[in-house]
Amino acid sequence: MTTLAVWKFASCDGCQLSLLDCEDELLAVADRVRIAHFLEASRRVEPGPYDVSLVEGSITTADDAERIRRVREMSRTLVTIGACATAGGVQALRNFADVDEFRSVVYARPEYVSTLATSTPIAAHVDVDYELHGCPIDRRQLLEVITALLVGRRPNISAHSVCFECKQRGNVCVVVAHGTPCLGPVTHAGCGALCPAYQRGCYGCFGPIQTPNGAAQAGLLRATGMSEADVVRAYRTFNAAAPAFIELSRVTVGPPPGAGPRDAGREET
Amino acid sequence: MSHRSDRTLDVRSLARVEGEGAMHVRVRGDTVEDVRLDIYEPPRFFEALLRGRRHTEPPDITARICGICPVAYQMSACNAIEDACGVTVDPAVADLRRLLYCGEWIESHTLHIYLLHAPDFLGYPSALDMAKDRRDLVERGLAMKKAGNEIVELLGGRAIHPVNIRVGGFYRTPSPRELAPLRDKLRIALDQALDTVRWVAGFDFPDFHHDHELLALVTPGRYAIESGTVATTAGLTFDVRHFEDHIVEEQVPHSTALHARLAGRGRYAVGPAARYTLNRQWLSPLALEAATAAGLGADCRNPYRSILVRAVETVYAFDEAIRLIDRYEPPARPFVEVPPRAAVGYGATEAPRGILFHRYGLDADGLITSARIVPPTSQNQASIEDDLRRFVGGRLDLDDERLTWQCEQAIRSYDPCISCSTHFLDLTVERR
Repeated sequence: MTTLAVWKFASCDGCQLSLLDCEDELLAVADRVRIAHFLEASRRVEPGPYDVSLVEGSITTADDAERIRRVREMSRTLVTIGACATAGGVQALRNFADVDEFRSVVYARPEYVSTLATSTPIAAHVDVDYELHGCPIDRRQLLEVITALLVGRRPNISAHSVCFECKQRGNVCVVVAHGTPCLGPVTHAGCGALCPAYQRGCYGCFGPIQTPNGAAQAGLLRATGMSEADVVRAYRTFNAAAPAFIELSRVTVGPPPGAGPRDAGREET
Repeated sequence: MSHRSDRTLDVRSLARVEGEGAMHVRVRGDTVEDVRLDIYEPPRFFEALLRGRRHTEPPDITARICGICPVAYQMSACNAIEDACGVTVDPAVADLRRLLYCGEWIESHTLHIYLLHAPDFLGYPSALDMAKDRRDLVERGLAMKKAGNEIVELLGGRAIHPVNIRVGGFYRTPSPRELAPLRDKLRIALDQALDTVRWVAGFDFPDFHHDHELLALVTPGRYAIESGTVATTAGLTFDVRHFEDHIVEEQVPHSTALHARLAGRGRYAVGPAARYTLNRQWLSPLALEAATAAGLGADCRNPYRSILVRAVETVYAFDEAIRLIDRYEPPARPFVEVPPRAAVGYGATEAPRGILFHRYGLDADGLITSARIVPPTSQNQASIEDDLRRFVGGRLDLDDERLTWQCEQAIRSYDPCISCSTHFLDLTVERR
């Protein structure tokens, strides 16, 4: 039987909780998969190697940078789950700041706390076989990945933007109808266009699509009244270390929506 | 082996807690020399990274502190920001927040009862192993958990890190028609919750009691969830604004979580048992009847019996959710505007694991200048260590394996959330 291991690095536990949140499917999954290492669920730990490892969290300490290498060695297939594991998470905001200053703000005795200056995704340290995005991941996508791996096919996960899901769901576009800032055009699908369904703009928690139109998006956001600082904050949140979002946060002047990207100016923040 | 005078037990990673930490117990002869709950969950520096963010962002950002209780973070953050800006939400919106919070209590408590804690009492390493013999029980727990999550999903958009919560209220409020189907599901789950109380009441609880001062919010007239004033079993009461005058946090070398103490008084405990002890009279008649039938008296000072309190609180949360749905009328507006101002705001709510305090300083543009968050687990850490010291001291005749499991169980009684307090419970019992 396929063995499954679940690992945690710097994170909130939410993505591994998504597995326990599959209330209707959890026992069926457990019938088909041998859960060999999943500390949140079981005190029984079986030694590796493991067929599939699900990895949650980002790398923020020297010990964890070592530990992820051992996890990789023990895992035939390694799947990263969530914004921390795939893009550093919200804790990657330290990458744009001075971590020693951060440490002294939170801890009276910062010398007791060891940490790296950056929070980095798992793929920055070891080879990753598949990445599942989201803060948190979508449990239906998690089930799809587990199912696909069980039968030995590639997971069927769409790579398009939230805008596609919004149209599929029949949402009214919050940008067009209400002038609400929305990261939907540049954000990876997976949530089912949740925020627009609740009359809110997408805040990018599934991270960037592969080829975002940065200039058009910058123009769109500025047209809704966002300041440059607001735009930077919008991209630098839960997928703060995703290269495409770092890049987008620097595109601060764009043409109005509808104009071509070629005329876009570009400025450093 | 069990009568060695000096010994060390090691559990390198404590399981079935939310997060990662370690426990170290050193025994010399008949004396427990040292007990430490080591938390080496890597720090994520939320209080630092919140600075410079907009006053509208803490509900989304602080939700990411904990995937198990994001609503608690969102609610405490909203309370604190609204306090800073001098805004009060409409009563109908406040009711909807309470309903949302009931959903999180159900989800979190049921997760703990069925998947994390009950397997200890029945001798299984996990609920999945338990399901091989008693699939019906695990299915019941998962069904209840799903019902709680459905409340959060309907009101919040999704169960983990809900998207529909904002300072001032909600982005969108549901119609009575959207809530109606939920009511029928909650009615079924309420019966399952009553069965759960009867089930856990039959567990074999180790005979152990503590004398910690218990601390929780109280709201005269109803069981404290989303607001209240702070009270303790020693008669101390104070406003949430004065939380930091009464609670001091100190850092210890072995933990990335700060230890909290009551100023001039010492350790204290928060969580379901504290909440029950201070709020029992405001349980609904149905929940109170279930508590009494299960043998819960005026207080709960045996940490192992906290599973019983969680079961009673789950009954209450279903009962209260149904009551709130029955009287629901959509708010006139989903949210009130929260214009920023230069001020400091304080907020606290009862997270499933106990009181969760937030404080934010804002500038006139609404940018955050300072943030302070005190989660439940760091408040319980000193009490957990004290319990373990006394517990191990009275059971040195047990063999290492048995003693270790009971220690783990004692820690799990507190449902520690180490992601919150910053995550890895690694149990070491060293005997010399």
